[in-house]
Amino acid sequence: MDLTHSPADEAFRAEARAWLGGHVPTGPLPSLETAEGFAAHRAWEAELAADRWAVVSWPAAYGGRDCGLVRWLVFEEEYWAAGAPGRVGQNGVSLLAPTLFDHGTEEQRARILPPMARGETVWAQAWSEPEAGSDLASLRSRAVRTDGGWLLSGHKTWSSRAAFADRAFGLFRSEPNLPKPHQGLTYLMFDLRAPGVTVRPIGRLDGKPAFAEIFLDEVFVPDEDVIGEPGRGWRVAMSTAGNERGLTLRSPGRFLAAADRLAALWHGRGRDPSTRDRVADAVIGARAYQLFTYAAAARFLDGAPLGPESSLNKVFWSEYDIALHETALDLLGGQGEAPGGEGADGDGGGGWGEGYVFSLAGPLYAGTNEIQRDIIAERLLGLPRGRR
Amino acid sequence: MRFLLDDGQTAFARSLDALLTAADTPAAVRAWGAGDPAAGRALWSRVADAGVFALAVPEAYGGFGPRPVDLVVAFLELGRHVVPGPLVETVAAAALLTEPGPAERFLPGLAAGGTVATVALPGSGPYVLDGDAADVEFAVTGTAGTAGSAGSARSAGGELWVRGCSVPCVRRSLDPARRLCPPRSGGELVAAGPRVVAGAADALRWARLAVAAQALGVGLALLDRTVAYVGQRRQFGVPVGSFQAVKHRLADALIALEFARPLLFGAALSMGPADIAAAKVAACEAAYATARTALQLHGAIGYTAEYDLSLWLTKARALRCAWGGPGECRALVLDGDGSGGGPGGGVSGSARRRP
Repeated sequence: MDLTHSPADEAFRAEARAWLGGHVPTGPLPSLETAEGFAAHRAWEAELAADRWAVVSWPAAYGGRDCGLVRWLVFEEEYWAAGAPGRVGQNGVSLLAPTLFDHGTEEQRARILPPMARGETVWAQAWSEPEAGSDLASLRSRAVRTDGGWLLSGHKTWSSRAAFADRAFGLFRSEPNLPKPHQGLTYLMFDLRAPGVTVRPIGRLDGKPAFAEIFLDEVFVPDEDVIGEPGRGWRVAMSTAGNERGLTLRSPGRFLAAADRLAALWHGRGRDPSTRDRVADAVIGARAYQLFTYAAAARFLDGAPLGPESSLNKVFWSEYDIALHETALDLLGGQGEAPGGEGADGDGGGGWGEGYVFSLAGPLYAGTNEIQRDIIAERLLGLPRGRR
Repeated sequence: MRFLLDDGQTAFARSLDALLTAADTPAAVRAWGAGDPAAGRALWSRVADAGVFALAVPEAYGGFGPRPVDLVVAFLELGRHVVPGPLVETVAAAALLTEPGPAERFLPGLAAGGTVATVALPGSGPYVLDGDAADVEFAVTGTAGTAGSAGSARSAGGELWVRGCSVPCVRRSLDPARRLCPPRSGGELVAAGPRVVAGAADALRWARLAVAAQALGVGLALLDRTVAYVGQRRQFGVPVGSFQAVKHRLADALIALEFARPLLFGAALSMGPADIAAAKVAACEAAYATARTALQLHGAIGYTAEYDLSLWLTKARALRCAWGGPGECRALVLDGDGSGGGPGGGVSGSARRRP
């Protein structure tokens, strides 16, 4: 059992730290959830990509550095410790790219990944529908075969980033009336500015258009934008859900940096006794999440599938993130009420208030925490299945 | 960077588990609580034969330590099986005895299991655990906050005393395995000076790590027993474990326990006081929360002394405050930033920068 990094990994850390030290913007960027902030975050992605720091875990051919999991964790620790901006490309990088690596064609990877890394194409997700949330497989949006491709029609919603993004990916029903709902689905990518697409931004709790509804009316998608086999989309979407993606959705570095900033805030506010225990818990929780991830990475590198363990991860970080931000707001007192307030925390360029609003969505997306707890209970603890 | 137990450590855990599964530990606990330590002492010998105490004793004195990671492995199993006796205190004694004289005299016996020790140290609390059943009691006086140090302020450098045991038990803990005895003074002065003070600080770190591991083991066993129970207990025609309200409580228990586990091993690697305090908070909170869940999901049967679950439920409560309660440990997490190896120190000390 060993928690020391190799000299090569430490050299990588030093290189990353030096680059970030010379490039991270001195002040916070405008909020990611505004047109101005979205553009500023795109420009930051381009700057990262120019020196191959945007997607360090990808193969060099697509703009990465072929970093393994451990080195990715090191990079993330440095990235967030440096106070660098939130990542506008996260949806594409952490959800679509792993699917392309596993199920895409070489042509798709070469066409889609480099502009994704440079922030030129920002991707939104198009999973949920008004009647298909936790029960995602009940989705109704259709893909109808046409000459050279598919015509998409239907209504997607809660699409993160869709208000300002360029393209989207999601599941569509290509073969209706099959015996089981997850059969006959196809995984497709489409242009958010194509004819027939209407994007209606939705204001999240603070009014910022962090997500959107997408209406599709016979939107043409060429065959080259289908991932995997038509009709097998469920399997394509789920096959990467339990692998390292579960480990990389939220990096420990992000929470270590946030806990450090919270502890600094607490020290700076006269070591307020009423929040002491919660600040300590934030420090402890960040460390726990970091070490849990290093252990999970070690098991993964040994060849063990991660699978349902990523549900432990998801519930932990999402609840942790809220508790951390609540503590910061309580420490700030009245000053914390204005979301642009003191203490930028890297969650989209805003202050603790914006980070708090962002954190509130954590238990809802990427599979609600209720769904995750069902998975934990049934697949890790072996409890009997019951009605949802 | 390979934050995983090796095959030898995994095998060690399995062999201890097998040894303790074969022993009737609940019966040994009940006898121990009633003042009959014979079964507990027999169990103690087997635990010592398996090498548990030797992990805290240097090779020069008959051990194969110090090996804190392996000690955590062992104490997880001791906690899972609610083994009675001053296990943590014996480890503390082993860490305490750094002077060659007392080390030569006592450490081989501690490692081999022939000597059961208890302690009265700064941080060990107001009572001497199992002072009636232990063979020997080590006390450190002359440092601030020493248990039973009344009148000993004459030596600022610290004094190490050895006392015989067989004192009466004055209080029964809610945990029947823990017999609480009064602190005393006197005995034989075996060492004095700054090394005694340093030894007491080492003892506190080792004890806190061991008690954290023990607590996590208690929590893991509570979860296992409760999962088994709700899988067979039927109401409304179905196992109660099929209800979402039940499942989600157990899922939360697993999350808390599994995120405490890496903190324990991280603390064992660094042995930093703040890391150990963090592990203690997380493990004890997780175990205690699991105890509450276990009691609720067992219903009334769980609220009886007769049902063995009570041995784990009450231990989770006792360990929470043993060797430093949650408030004290949380304060150490926030104050211990500069001590090196604390949670602020990052994985290798270079991962994080203080703001």
